[in-house]
Amino acid sequence: MLYEPLTLLLSSQFAPLLAAVNLWYALPLIVSVSLVCAATRHEEIGIILGHAVRFGLWIIAFMGGVMAVLKLLDILS
Amino acid sequence: MVTTTIPGTDTSSNLPPVIEIELREPWLAALLAWVLPGLGHIYQGRIGKGVLFFICVLGTFVYGMYLGGGKVVYAAVSWEQQYRWQYLCQLGVGLPSTPMLWQREKALTVHRRRIIQKNRGMDVEPEYKGFMAPPRSEPMRWKDDSGNWCRQPNELAMWVVKHHPNFELGTTYTVVAGLLNILVICDAAAGPLIISPGKEKDEENEQGKTK
Repeated sequence: MLYEPLTLLLSSQFAPLLAAVNLWYALPLIVSVSLVCAATRHEEIGIILGHAVRFGLWIIAFMGGVMAVLKLLDILS
Repeated sequence: MVTTTIPGTDTSSNLPPVIEIELREPWLAALLAWVLPGLGHIYQGRIGKGVLFFICVLGTFVYGMYLGGGKVVYAAVSWEQQYRWQYLCQLGVGLPSTPMLWQREKALTVHRRRIIQKNRGMDVEPEYKGFMAPPRSEPMRWKDDSGNWCRQPNELAMWVVKHHPNFELGTTYTVVAGLLNILVICDAAAGPLIISPGKEKDEENEQGKTK
């Protein structure tokens, strides 16, 4: 259930966009940063994985937000 | 022997759930965590987390090295136009990144010898090169993807052009790996960073009062 949003993202129309802008390179980094940050806040593996998935999705949402703002500025300028 | 406790999730007993963590010698665990990511946790018997940190931090570092063609980890030298501050972050990975310090010393020794040789009008030896060695300052020739020979003002410029954009990506990966290992070192020394429910409530109450 926790992995559903990630599956949706990878099978959605945004997948080619990620490839086009080289954001696939960010995915391994997001995975490792999420796992390490989550593991420094918990001790049990189940909770660590849950926290890592939520944190990873939060990072993707944040990056998407920044991208949207930059795109908006680009359109306005 | 030092231990710490954190809130747990096991609610089978009437007692408040806690997880007790044996930190053993925290300073030694922190040192081992710096030497090799995850080693401090393995020393403390936290094998699962140790393996997780080893794979994540070292995997990120090695992947960054691979992306950057093995050139992205080197220590700053005086003859470079821009100060290579990234090496300070990369050092967080510990032993796997320390060869760059050794290589810098060798490069500096050769650099000093070259200055003396130039001043005395002697034959000047070539600049030092090697794994994790700083880039050479001399102009470089190399064959690009289309088979044409081109000239770059120094070795760093050649690396950047040759591996673009992976040189920057590799640098980012290795820097992030070093910074992540600082979190890992803190975890090995003091246990997980958890805001206890009591503190959270206190903070909420204080925020309520200020509103």
